[in-house]
Amino acid sequence: MSLLDGGVAELAAAVRSRQVSAAEVLEEALARIEEAETELHCFNTVMLEAARAQAEAVDGAIAAGRDPGQLAGVPVALKDNMCTRGTPTTCSSKILQNWVPPYDGTVVRRLAEAGAVAVGKTNLDEFAMGSSTENSAFGPTRNPWDLGRVPGGSSGGSAAAVAAGLVPLSFGSDTGGSIRQPASFCGVVGVKPTYGLVSRYGLVAFASSLDQIGSFGATVADAALALEVAAGHDPLDSTSLDLPAPRLVEALGEGVEGLRVGVVDDFLAEVAPSCSLAAVAAAEALAAAGASCENVSIPEMLLGLPAYYIIAPAEASSNLARYDGVRYGLRVDGPDVETMNARTRAAGFGAEVRRRIMIGTYALSAGYYDAYYGQAQRARTILIRAFDAAYERFDVLVAPSTPSSAFAFGAKTEDPIEMYMSDLCTIPSNLSGHPAVSVPFALDSDGLPVGVQVLAPALGEPVMLRVAAALEAVAPPGVRGPVRPAASSSAVATGGGGGGRAGEGGGEVAGG
Amino acid sequence: MERISIDEARHVARLARLDLADGELDKLTGELSDLLEHVEAIRRLDTAEVPPTAHPLPLSNVFRPDEVRPSLERAEVLAAAPATEADRFLVPRILGEAP
Amino acid sequence: MAEYETVVGLEVHCELSTRTKLFCGCANAFGAEPNTNVCPVCLGLPGSLPVLNEQAVELAMRIGEALHCEIRPSIFHRKNYFYPDMPKDYQISQYDEPINVDGLLELPDGSRVGIVRAHMEEDTGKTTHVGGGGRIHEAGHSLVDYNRAGVPLVEIVSAPDITSAAQARAYVAELRAILVATGASDGRMEEGSLRVDANVSIRRAGSDELGTRCEVKNLNSLRSLGRAIEHEADRQASLVDSGERVTQETRHWDENASRTHSLRSKEEAYDYRYFPEPDLVPLVPDEALRQRASSALGLMPAARRARLQAALGGAEHARALMDQIGTVIELSLDDLVLAASAGGADPKHALNRAANELASQGERARALDPVSFASLLALESSGTLSATQVKAVLPELVEHGGDPAEVARRHGFEQLGTEELESAIDGVISASPTEWERYVSGDARIAGFLAGQVMKATRGRANGKVVAEALAARRAGVSAR
Repeated sequence: MSLLDGGVAELAAAVRSRQVSAAEVLEEALARIEEAETELHCFNTVMLEAARAQAEAVDGAIAAGRDPGQLAGVPVALKDNMCTRGTPTTCSSKILQNWVPPYDGTVVRRLAEAGAVAVGKTNLDEFAMGSSTENSAFGPTRNPWDLGRVPGGSSGGSAAAVAAGLVPLSFGSDTGGSIRQPASFCGVVGVKPTYGLVSRYGLVAFASSLDQIGSFGATVADAALALEVAAGHDPLDSTSLDLPAPRLVEALGEGVEGLRVGVVDDFLAEVAPSCSLAAVAAAEALAAAGASCENVSIPEMLLGLPAYYIIAPAEASSNLARYDGVRYGLRVDGPDVETMNARTRAAGFGAEVRRRIMIGTYALSAGYYDAYYGQAQRARTILIRAFDAAYERFDVLVAPSTPSSAFAFGAKTEDPIEMYMSDLCTIPSNLSGHPAVSVPFALDSDGLPVGVQVLAPALGEPVMLRVAAALEAVAPPGVRGPVRPAASSSAVATGGGGGGRAGEGGGEVAGG
Repeated sequence: MERISIDEARHVARLARLDLADGELDKLTGELSDLLEHVEAIRRLDTAEVPPTAHPLPLSNVFRPDEVRPSLERAEVLAAAPATEADRFLVPRILGEAP
Repeated sequence: MAEYETVVGLEVHCELSTRTKLFCGCANAFGAEPNTNVCPVCLGLPGSLPVLNEQAVELAMRIGEALHCEIRPSIFHRKNYFYPDMPKDYQISQYDEPINVDGLLELPDGSRVGIVRAHMEEDTGKTTHVGGGGRIHEAGHSLVDYNRAGVPLVEIVSAPDITSAAQARAYVAELRAILVATGASDGRMEEGSLRVDANVSIRRAGSDELGTRCEVKNLNSLRSLGRAIEHEADRQASLVDSGERVTQETRHWDENASRTHSLRSKEEAYDYRYFPEPDLVPLVPDEALRQRASSALGLMPAARRARLQAALGGAEHARALMDQIGTVIELSLDDLVLAASAGGADPKHALNRAANELASQGERARALDPVSFASLLALESSGTLSATQVKAVLPELVEHGGDPAEVARRHGFEQLGTEELESAIDGVISASPTEWERYVSGDARIAGFLAGQVMKATRGRANGKVVAEALAARRAGVSAR
């Protein structure tokens, strides 16, 4: 077995101990990407030169006796809405097709400083608006479990890249479920942290009060380690929490004995049986492991979707105003500046982005602000209060991740509202700013993975990930990646050392 | 129940600087109305006693010190622009003064 | 024609004297090469985020304090509209929860103007119009420089309490002096550090109703401000007199044509879609911030005027000197005047020299050592140096410092000996016998001529007072004979 298929901590340890070089690990990842890309289209850009330079730098540091960091030599994929100096950052939009940022986002910088090797920019729904990657201007990503199905979205490329074993780690952004929903569809772990835990500096904004960067991994331990590296205070982001980076990995194995778990009733009737059954089974598993589980009704959760579809487009309409053809990106000429702006934006934005800009502009416009945006913000307060009340009784909540498993291409493209429903179970955590994780827990009758969400109060990542790890430990075999659309031979042999929780987690899983 | 007229949609498209063809404007007018119907629950909420939440964080007073940091290289900045002249960004004629 | 009253409210945009911009670390500097003080934040690049400059907050609070405002918890909003000088196509500004509200500005004549609000916001870039003589409507295309984008501004909005062009000018002059005194601004209108828009309306004399107002822009000097208000009030009056209505609109002051014209011909529907800026957190002026702002506050112009008036022997005595007082306060020379007076100089004398000779030296005059200023004034009042000589010595003292007596000697301004003076008077008498006779026979009007001739003969080295005394003594001698 390749080190790429083991735990991330183990891989980094192998690189640090010079058991394998960062360059060798990278070349294997690049080979896998090359082999799988024509079928999957996970990446908008593969960063061949930059990745090789970084791998060389990591190996050089190790040779010089320096420690390159916790993610030494670990190939990572970045959603193509995270700014990378010198590498195009397109947001899968024609309007930014040729834009090369002159700066690195904070997370990108932190990853490099921890020795990670960024291998490419992953596909997404344009400007992270969508739940299937079908809204990418550069074509959709395919789900490695079934090439006829969507990987979910908007971080579909990042989820599929980990699910297919192309990279052990990837990063995405989650505004209404854009990490957790594709994680569920692709059978990987996806974490949306507490708002403010991870810097947004360099993340191209969709809806600023909801956006948060998070990680994908094959295991909870991998995703948790990635989050540890990415998290921490950033003076460049006013909304970044001024706290020391959390320790997430060390407590993962502590179990769930004595924890109070609430199962959110309100979603169970709204989702496919495979999804509600997975959530119920998860609660039973936690009870069996010593937690106390109880169903809880939080009807305010159902306010999430409508509130979100006012707040997110409103903020987006303002965030996306800057794409006007003046300073960067696409320009479609016109006789005067207003016409040039309007032609550029109509040509550069895809249909879903245009639709959301229209909704958001309308919701903020004179005479409608109070009825829509103002009311949605009050609904947000109501939802947060309901969460607060629930967290007086429970340490964590368990809920389905998605209303269904991965759907076929084109299944929902004709009906925007049907597509929006994909985020039903994930949106409340974005509105409240609370953390949530999707962990693979079942297979449906089509053999597709189904995730379960664990939700926690603000900064509850340690307990949330502990619960997720407990679920992962008892999940049926075969519920998660990596799966290969095509077989590949391993260039890098498994070393003898390592071990640890991450390694064990990775070892349990059989390829799909 | 709020339905949007095509004139309203046209006004919104102008505010948003989107040059939409009539066909798309028609389609969007319908979709917008459908969505407003969908979020009707929000409009009907009794929120008399509920303050709005603009932001999930209870933070305040986040500042940076008044210290100069390096700016970007002008050549790099201008290289990204669709059109420049005399080290400035070039735009077609502007029809009105700034508000 | 009916009698009208002019009603004016002023909006003053003040650029804050911070080292960096409001939300990023780019230099806040006037006159740099285009697009050199720009970064991802102030260019509005995708992914960038604003972080509030603490010094800008302090300066805004100083302004609030100086204008007797209530300083309150505040938030920032986004004001959404498309314009190429605005990198994000929204402006981060304070809307319904500004930091300073409900203040007051008292003018030197004792009248008071209410301050509605003084809020923080970011500046826009600068556009240059190419072709069509640089006018926006005739230009072929425009060019944008974003150096100014993101520079911190405080917008100070007055109540419509101003009733004349003169009062509007006095308001801006006083506000400018306050802004300079707080250290919040350099107050340079010509560099755009201070930009004034006037909301002008008229109403029938004695009425309380407000008329429809027009906002007049492009007021680049106090002179423009005064003229534009007068013109606009006249324009509105003739409209109303001829039975027409004033339309609410924005008008542009054309200094060369001495008139205002409407800015927008087509109907422009602005809808700013304000909403709370999600990238920033609330600003809550706590005790520490308030303490810092108020302790950094210098003495305000009103207090400084009072101080000078007291030194000049009270408000009554000072009344005739208001212009000179205004000048020294505007140039911050009042400390110098007071220090020289404390050092024995006559306060009126010190004020006069400061408001005239020193004022022409500009800002560097502030650096003059008060002790040498006082001794120079002493040399003048004792008759050792003439007024002309003092004027020649002052610039050098300002430039290089030093002992005034020493500097005067270097200029060859040695005290004129009695002998030399007497022989100069002899020369004048023999050259102008007729005039001298008139003087001796009591024609006082000719004294000035004779003194002038003596000054001329001594090439300005004689002290005017001493010459007059010497001439009088000589006449007394002649009459006694």
